[in-house]
Amino acid sequence: MTAYIVRRLFATLPVMAVVAIFVFFLIRFAPGDPAAIIAGEDATAEAIAQVRAKLGLDRPVFEQFAIWTLQLLQGDFGISIFSNLPVTRLIAQRLEPTVALTLSTLFVAVALAIPIGVVAAWKARKFVDRAVMAFAVLGFAMPVFVLAYILIYFFAVQWQLLPVQGYRPISEGFWPFVGCLVLPSVALGVTYMALIARITRASMLEVLAQDYIRTANSKGLATDRVLLLHALKNAAVPIVTVIGIGIALLISGVVITETVFNIPGLGRLTVDAVLKRDYPVVQGLILVFAGAKVLVNLIIDISYAFLDPRIRY
Amino acid sequence: MFKRIVATALASSLAVTLPFAVQAQEKVLKAVMHADVRVIDPIWTTQTIANIHGMLVYDTLFGNDAKMVPQPQMVGKYEISPDKLTYTFTLRDGLKFGDGSPVTTKDVIASLKRWGAKDGVGMRLFSYITALEAVDDKTFRMVLKEPYGMVLESLGKTNSSVAVIMREQEANTDPQTQVKDSIGSGPFNFAKEQWVPGSKAVYVKNPHYVPRPGNEPASSFAGTKFAGVDRVELVWISDSQTAMSALINGEIDFFEAPSIDFLPMLEKARGVKLMKTGDLDSTVGMIRLNHLHPPFNNPKARQAMYHLINQEDFLRAIVGDPNYYKVCHGILTCGSPLANDGGSAMLKDYNPKKALQLLKEAGYNGEPITVLQATDHNTITPATQVLVQAMREAGINVDAQSMDWGTVVTRRAKKDPPAQGGWHIFVTTTGGVGSANPVLHTWIGAACDKGLFGWPCDAKIEELRNAYAFAQTDADKKKIATELQTRAIEQVVYIPFGQWTVPLAYRADRIEGIVPNTGLAVLWNIKKK
Repeated sequence: MTAYIVRRLFATLPVMAVVAIFVFFLIRFAPGDPAAIIAGEDATAEAIAQVRAKLGLDRPVFEQFAIWTLQLLQGDFGISIFSNLPVTRLIAQRLEPTVALTLSTLFVAVALAIPIGVVAAWKARKFVDRAVMAFAVLGFAMPVFVLAYILIYFFAVQWQLLPVQGYRPISEGFWPFVGCLVLPSVALGVTYMALIARITRASMLEVLAQDYIRTANSKGLATDRVLLLHALKNAAVPIVTVIGIGIALLISGVVITETVFNIPGLGRLTVDAVLKRDYPVVQGLILVFAGAKVLVNLIIDISYAFLDPRIRY
Repeated sequence: MFKRIVATALASSLAVTLPFAVQAQEKVLKAVMHADVRVIDPIWTTQTIANIHGMLVYDTLFGNDAKMVPQPQMVGKYEISPDKLTYTFTLRDGLKFGDGSPVTTKDVIASLKRWGAKDGVGMRLFSYITALEAVDDKTFRMVLKEPYGMVLESLGKTNSSVAVIMREQEANTDPQTQVKDSIGSGPFNFAKEQWVPGSKAVYVKNPHYVPRPGNEPASSFAGTKFAGVDRVELVWISDSQTAMSALINGEIDFFEAPSIDFLPMLEKARGVKLMKTGDLDSTVGMIRLNHLHPPFNNPKARQAMYHLINQEDFLRAIVGDPNYYKVCHGILTCGSPLANDGGSAMLKDYNPKKALQLLKEAGYNGEPITVLQATDHNTITPATQVLVQAMREAGINVDAQSMDWGTVVTRRAKKDPPAQGGWHIFVTTTGGVGSANPVLHTWIGAACDKGLFGWPCDAKIEELRNAYAFAQTDADKKKIATELQTRAIEQVVYIPFGQWTVPLAYRADRIEGIVPNTGLAVLWNIKKK
């Protein structure tokens, strides 16, 4: 297992290198010029050219790439063109909100979706099952931002139970931290809840038709033991796969939720940086996202071995 | 069960709001501005938000009041020689920077030189300066080669790249490089360590700030300024609906640029008030034509475009509510002291058929007209769509190229022919304060290659702008402004399509003392109730 993990970690290096090359050149080939944005509305072409020269953006693109690669090898992601702050500081500032939102969303989604999916499979083709499937369709169909505004309107504006927006770090207290995450987690979690519930149901239905489940039932085992210990554990591999994909998607894909609830996370930082053509920030973020996805995939692969003893690396 | 849920929810709500109550003792002003603070050097960039940041942190020698008249701010007294060639300024007593160091003429001279090397208005002023020298730590002298009449107005300007006074060590930074620290002698200190670009910028009361004595009433950048709260947080909420909800919910106190769609809701919200800030603070819409390439290198073709513009169509698409927009058939901001009717008749003849006929007479044969169509701007996008529709309905072959605003900004700098990556038309906006003054209004300029995108080229316009700067009386200024506008409309430096003002919204039950903004939103003098 250790050799496998080490091999996989080394295998990430060429992946990261390819990502780095692609992101560097793609963003430079895209139209737009940070110098023009910095120089402002009333700047002349000469003023823009001066800013461009000062930022080193007038150098040949391969020279810029060489400089960036050398910095990267020293663990330096560069300096934001706009804020003049290190990219690592900008990413570090935004990491906690994104991780907190991702984990709280997963918590909401997994904590509700797996029991719902198990019950739906157990009561297949009955009312509960149909209700769960109807909820799953609704969950998929409802855009996050629509649900977000509905939640804000009722829970924040009308009843004033929770804040409309913002993020409070856990260092400012547990309840303020939780209070800011409730609405975004629910808004974002519903889609994932629907997805995980459907996968759980499908996977459980397949397992519940197996002979060993029939044996367990005929031995007189309690239904909850059959469902949770015998069926769910064997149905877990596809569920964990979907949860893993969900984590990867959430880390980089929570832009809308972060925007509507004004959470200063990595998603918003990415969009802002792309729109402003803040090249070093975009490059740093894509590398972080790529690294996170590789890591999550690795953790999922390793978890298979624990969930299914037949899998060996 | 239901009671338990409600009780739990209330308990959670209390827990969430309790820290806000504790923080309230500190008197915090939470404001959402039109953009986020990403750059802390108001000289390095012309971005309005960088200047709003600058005006919290830095002070200026003069400040233009709401009528655009310069009033002393850091300057205690000043003298102008009878020949109007020598200005002697003396700083007020006791001025200090946020780090406690005294403000001296070394800081002032270095700051002015940096500003004069970067800002268009500053460059114009410095082109007349022959000497800028310290007499002592508090007094300095500015000597001109000609009696330039815009010295004080330039030093007190309230739109982009304000002439802020920095410490000498920052002011010596190359103007093409952003300063690393933002330490000024204004009412607040910038808390850089708490800055999260794209999310929040924090300012704390500057204990060393010395306001103008005498409690002079605040008027735009003039009058007595003071820090009315202990801390200002510029919170960036990019989603306008969320910002509106946050204001209604009391999570923020001040919302600089609410979406016009939400104004009816804000008008009804308890505790919320809207404040209209006047014509000078309006946004002016303009269509810029490329004077370098056919057909718009011909004045007749440019003038033809006037007949396509019905300002109401544009303003309804952008703003909708007539309470917040104004048709303006002029180049100088309507409602400003220099607004006039010079040349305005040409802007009032809406006649699409005539437009096509004049274009044909100017040599247009149905070639595609390249319009840079921004897709992500709340006002420029709908305005461009209206323009494209009007052109197509008139029978003009339009090549509308969709792109984000960042790409428009890059593309418009290209002088190549439209078929080779250049352009014919783009739509943009500018501020009412700058557009109210012939010298500050850079889009009215016609300095050919040295001018702004579109590159109008007309010696007479430049001559009139210069003459304005030397005019000695208000009557002379008005006369020159009228001549200038007539000529600018004749040459079609740009096509105006009206002006609009978005009111700011604030919690009247929580804050008071808002100074109506003129060019830049100012957050000094606001007190918590």
